[in-house]
Amino acid sequence: MARVVVDVMLKPDILDPQGEAVKGALPNLGVEGVERVRIGKRIELDFAEGVDAASVEEQARKVADALLANPVIEDFTIASVEADAPAGAS
Amino acid sequence: MASNSAEPRVRIGIVTFPGSLDDRDAARAVARAGAVPVRLWHDEGALRGVQAVWLPGGFSYGDYLRSGAIARFSHVMDSVADAARGGMPVIGVCNGFQVLCESGLLPGALTQNAHMRYRNRPAPLRVESTNTAWTSAYRQGAQIVIPAKHKDGRFQADASTLEMLEDQNRVVLRYLDNPNGSVHDIAGITNAEGNVVGMMPHPEHAIDQLTGPSTDGRGILASVLSHVHSGATA
Repeated sequence: MARVVVDVMLKPDILDPQGEAVKGALPNLGVEGVERVRIGKRIELDFAEGVDAASVEEQARKVADALLANPVIEDFTIASVEADAPAGAS
Repeated sequence: MASNSAEPRVRIGIVTFPGSLDDRDAARAVARAGAVPVRLWHDEGALRGVQAVWLPGGFSYGDYLRSGAIARFSHVMDSVADAARGGMPVIGVCNGFQVLCESGLLPGALTQNAHMRYRNRPAPLRVESTNTAWTSAYRQGAQIVIPAKHKDGRFQADASTLEMLEDQNRVVLRYLDNPNGSVHDIAGITNAEGNVVGMMPHPEHAIDQLTGPSTDGRGILASVLSHVHSGATA
């Protein structure tokens, strides 16, 4: 199994209300000094055995570019990672 | 017999996606305007001989990924996009606006309201452009009130896109009391040809004084009926 991780983040100049809300809550935790909070999404794509590496990369990029991120407001990065742990495990 | 009674009534298609909420209200508004509402299903490409298309509000495909992101890939949107590029009037209201932006039929994107809250209230608007298939019945600069109800209504576009929209008079509606943080107070825009319009407020909820804050939404349908009757569309 080949796992590709897609990270989607709002572009730096787009206001992130979620991040701002979290930042606003930090003093309640006694945390000071955080200047900026940005919240994004991590998407894991697990490809079946036997799909060749080049195709995995190409298809993951296609999915990220066409569907997972909206290029008007978001950037994405993709990376291949080891997928020996079940999805969601830490 | 008046000549207009001999003309076939205008057929306006209303798309239902899984999660659409305002398709029935849109159909009712179309019928009240004297046109025939034609229900279109997201999973079929058939446009059933309609002369205009309405993409209603709601949460297409649950909006689980991003508002309008999945709807863009539905079968019906392939047909709607082709028809729109051929000149057919298409309006997207609320989630429909988000679908039009995700489809690339309109520029920009709708993002989470700056204050993070769902907002529903009558929105005072100024009609900035009457040079579209959907707003020709209004007076230029008219102030109207149409309900807005959304959490992802903050219009965003980069500086060059905003400049282009302003320079080409493609901002159609502007908030007088910006409810979501949209850049340039933008509530609605159009494409270069003026046949595709997207707007966040809901004209289908402003056709009856008994249940809405105004009847200002009727102008949207009056505009498109006039547009179709004039033979301006294919």
